[in-house]
Amino acid sequence: MSDKSNIDVFNPTRRQVLALLGSAGLTTTAVSLGGLLASQSAIAATPKTVSKQMVIGFSQEPTVFNPHLLHIEVDEGIYFGVFDSLFKVDPQGKFIPSLATEVPSVANGGISPDGLTWKIKLRDNVTWHDGKPFTAADVKFTLELLVDPAFRSWRRSGHELVTNLTVVSPTEITWRMKTPYAPYAAILSDTYIVPQHILGPAADKNNAPFNNAPVGTGPFKWHRRVAGDFIELIANTAYFGDGPHLERVIFKYIPDLTVLYTQFSTGDIDVTGLQWISLDHYEAAKKLPGKVVEAVNNSTVETFTFNVGRPQFKESVVREALYMAIDKATIIEVLYHGLPKPTETYMPLQSYYHNPGLPAHHYDIAQANQMLEVAGWKKGSDGIRAKNGVRLTFNNSTTSGNNLREQIQQFVQQSFMEIGVKMNISNLPPAVMWGDFWMLSQFDTAIAALDFLTAADPDTSDYFKSTAIPAKGGSGQNTWQYVNPEVDRLLAEGNREPDPEKRRKTYFALQSIVRKDLPFLPLFPVVSVRGHKFGAQNIVPNVNVRIDSWNVGDWRWA
Amino acid sequence: MLRFLIGRLWQSLLLLLVVSAIGFAVLNLAPGGPLSQYTLTPGMTQENLKRIAEQMGLNRPLPIQYIDWLWRMLRGDWGKSYRDNQPVLSIIGQHLFATLLLMGSSFLLSVSIGTYVGVRSATHRRSWFDYISSVGSMVALSVPTFWFGLVAIYIFSVILGWLPAGNMFTVGNESFSDYAVHLVLPTVVLALVNVAVWSPYMRTATLEVVNQDFVRTARAKGLRPRRILRKHIVGNAMLPMITLAGLQMPSLLSGALVTETVFTWPGIGRLFFDSLGYSDYPVIMGLLIFSAILVLIGNLLADLMVAFIDPRVRLN
Repeated sequence: MSDKSNIDVFNPTRRQVLALLGSAGLTTTAVSLGGLLASQSAIAATPKTVSKQMVIGFSQEPTVFNPHLLHIEVDEGIYFGVFDSLFKVDPQGKFIPSLATEVPSVANGGISPDGLTWKIKLRDNVTWHDGKPFTAADVKFTLELLVDPAFRSWRRSGHELVTNLTVVSPTEITWRMKTPYAPYAAILSDTYIVPQHILGPAADKNNAPFNNAPVGTGPFKWHRRVAGDFIELIANTAYFGDGPHLERVIFKYIPDLTVLYTQFSTGDIDVTGLQWISLDHYEAAKKLPGKVVEAVNNSTVETFTFNVGRPQFKESVVREALYMAIDKATIIEVLYHGLPKPTETYMPLQSYYHNPGLPAHHYDIAQANQMLEVAGWKKGSDGIRAKNGVRLTFNNSTTSGNNLREQIQQFVQQSFMEIGVKMNISNLPPAVMWGDFWMLSQFDTAIAALDFLTAADPDTSDYFKSTAIPAKGGSGQNTWQYVNPEVDRLLAEGNREPDPEKRRKTYFALQSIVRKDLPFLPLFPVVSVRGHKFGAQNIVPNVNVRIDSWNVGDWRWA
Repeated sequence: MLRFLIGRLWQSLLLLLVVSAIGFAVLNLAPGGPLSQYTLTPGMTQENLKRIAEQMGLNRPLPIQYIDWLWRMLRGDWGKSYRDNQPVLSIIGQHLFATLLLMGSSFLLSVSIGTYVGVRSATHRRSWFDYISSVGSMVALSVPTFWFGLVAIYIFSVILGWLPAGNMFTVGNESFSDYAVHLVLPTVVLALVNVAVWSPYMRTATLEVVNQDFVRTARAKGLRPRRILRKHIVGNAMLPMITLAGLQMPSLLSGALVTETVFTWPGIGRLFFDSLGYSDYPVIMGLLIFSAILVLIGNLLADLMVAFIDPRVRLN
């Protein structure tokens, strides 16, 4: 009896617990069912509410909204909407005035003939999103902020050369460069002007409230961010330029590319952004009704990179023979669905500075064998070539888990065996691969997709200058340890010369030398498959910027 | 009771300290770091990265960094994210709502269905229902959530167009029904796997109770079968399930990563995954501590609830 009475005391509680669980389950089911029933109306309502908005999907999440703090490329997608630079760069590489009334040049007096004095005239009808007028003081503030030692500035190169910043009037600013530096125009096209009246008074600019609620002059105003989900910008009706033509633009974060594609096909997103549609979906994407899908060559080049500091690769004939042993056409056709165009240089195909006259690669195992034989690389008993005790065997590394690249490696490995070269595959996780292993030239060879240009400028000093080798204490990304005095000379010449026509000749010559020396084997430009809804206008790819939405102010529905 | 609670609290604090020290060491000893993602940025220089590392205090010896972090933590400062500079607690809070909404509804749905299926399978042993539910559980556990999610999206969103293909709500709508309609697919997909986890447990627990003496007594004294089932069998079989539910609490954080990814649901699982990818140490440490606290609370709650419901258990 006593047991029973105990149970009785607790019985209601147990029942309560069960009832709670049961009712909660019922509630959930009811909510779900309610949702199901409501689904028709909710879906039907969706297009009405989105008719004046455009949703762009990114596979990474923008999180840094002060354009001058350390950031990654996806963050720049937001800057194009919220901020303006003095001038921007179009897909042809031409600068278009934005906050400046004209692009400075020697011809219009904006840049002195010696390339040292710069004068920029500014628009007088521009206001910040909070209504305050934009003036030359904001430009001065921005350029000074970038080199402020206490500020976590993402780029100081170029800006460090600026001295004597002078606000002549609210619509005019001048400065003097320490040395002539032609790439500065391109760097400025990528430098967004930030408001002095908001960011200036902040004691700690690295942690200012502005950094999470940016105020700019751009076609769209910051509205809100739902962390991990999306960012919403709304139209700046007081914008000085043509546009915006949308009430709002949504930057939606979709981490998985299959899901990004699915949401594109269902119409949940209107434009595919960064990392776009994966190549294996290209054929299916083209058949989607109501969508425009195209393959675009990016500025990034897929390369087979040598560490020329290694004894195997000291002679250019070895590098050339290896290039010849790679069946590039088959790789492009079979692994990349025939989408990329082969290239012979690091310069983007669309660039004004791209040299189309470089010798074309051809695949020829017999000739590659012969070249190595003549150069004294003789096959040993194991079939591997060697010369003066150096065997032609090496590791090849790239990010592990990259399916396509792993297939390239296996394919190339077989081809190299045919010319008596043994390549071992040794892949690493991204954090290891692109850390000291890459930067301090600890690899033998690597497969890497690289964007060689600083902003839209053809200067590649960072990659090819002999003083830019980190393994030898230099500052830059010359991780292949490439040294050629003529290349150094041409790079310096191109940097000094403000005239694009003359620079073009310099960079053509430079590309010829790099093609001959082959510190890396240029395979093909990385191709992205981009899509947008039919009727979405002005969605134009631009190889001179790092991310889509460069002209988001012009986007509109037909 | 109070002594039990105080004892538990001390244990918990010690455990949190150990978890945080190990977590901090493992994070920092892994190659890469918060700045490694910027090395390939065009125009980036080593000097610039070195200067920023100094500003962020990343070049200090690890023990100093840990003590600094611990000292701040003890004063309630969880730190700020390296990625977006927001306070860690506020970031967790922002993602927690999405996760609780999804995990909560799927948890309730799966427990309700799992209990029903488990009890019915046990009381109708070797019936067609029992066989189908056993096979169904096996299948549901074997099917990858990612694949199942995509198939569900393909059928209900792409082909039929009944339900949205993902997201928590439609920007610009955001009504209750909008949330609900977005909740259906991810909830069902997530619940399916959990039903497969719950129902065999419930089935075993019920089978154990069914053959107990008190059930036989209840039958012998002529109680109606429905009443025996509800009051004597299910009630007792639920006890081990409560402990299991308590242990499942931390999976609120990690369990939904795949579902959150497939349905672009901005929850904690994805936050954790992204923070790992970007080596956002303060957020990872924050999530680690947060989930450790959840584990401790989950266990404690389970113990307390069992003691509350089951008179045979005393916490002293």
